[in-house]
Amino acid sequence: MDKTYHISSYCQIKNSSISLDGKLLFSSPIQEFQPFIKSAAQHLNTNYSKFYKMDNLSKLAFLAADILLKNAELDSNTEHNIAIVLSNKASSLDTDRTYQTSISDPDNFFPSPSVFVYTLPNICIGEISIKHQLHSENCFFIFDSFNADHLWINAQSLLRQQKAEKVLCGWVDFDDKNYEAFLYLVEENGIIAHNPNEIKRLFKTWQT
Amino acid sequence: MADLRQELKEKIIEQLNLEEFTVADIADDDALFGDGLGLDSIDALELIVMMDKDYGIQLTDPKEGKEIFKSIAVLADYITDNRAK
Repeated sequence: MDKTYHISSYCQIKNSSISLDGKLLFSSPIQEFQPFIKSAAQHLNTNYSKFYKMDNLSKLAFLAADILLKNAELDSNTEHNIAIVLSNKASSLDTDRTYQTSISDPDNFFPSPSVFVYTLPNICIGEISIKHQLHSENCFFIFDSFNADHLWINAQSLLRQQKAEKVLCGWVDFDDKNYEAFLYLVEENGIIAHNPNEIKRLFKTWQT
Repeated sequence: MADLRQELKEKIIEQLNLEEFTVADIADDDALFGDGLGLDSIDALELIVMMDKDYGIQLTDPKEGKEIFKSIAVLADYITDNRAK
């Protein structure tokens, strides 16, 4: 008989609020993303100096993933095979624009290496993997809108083929002043069934 | 020289996003890389850009950079001797 998989936890970040499994974890009156995410990271004891060097997309993905993976209380002495499947609409456009600005004036041409390294969306997966020592399968998809079916198929495939013990999935999007993260962890244990309808339900609950 | 050392500390903290440091935390002889401020290879590239942009110094030899970025004191001495801006 095929194994069944579940969503063991999910984290949402939007509109200056962070929730874990539907319960409010942190909220701030600060509307601007950068001071909000900084205060959130400090409040949640992220304790990771490299966090402040990341671009906006990576900060968003990293914090949501960090909350989920800390909540999972993984044994730090054991290597964990947690695959990562993320998606968004804007790719790395926010950082691409910043970089473009730095190279648009031929008389003031000083491209920033620390900005350039974030001009790919999947760099945020690297940041998560470095912090949590994950040497696992990963991919980043670009869609017009949240695609629960595609995320479900990929997570199921990784788990059934035993390419991973758990899969960290979701949507992490940053463009201009708009941002949203919806990440969830899929594994054998859990209460919420892992299927497209449940994924859509959790995502839509957060949208309303 | 003291002013330049202060200026470099402020620039490094701001441009390399060293949120956990203040100017007072950085001694003139502290190692910038390794066990000191813990800067990495991307930070080194950012420092090379800063040298060009703010002081008109173009570093082309990686070995030279390794010595120049040893500490704030060494960096300030090098800038004083070679700056074009």
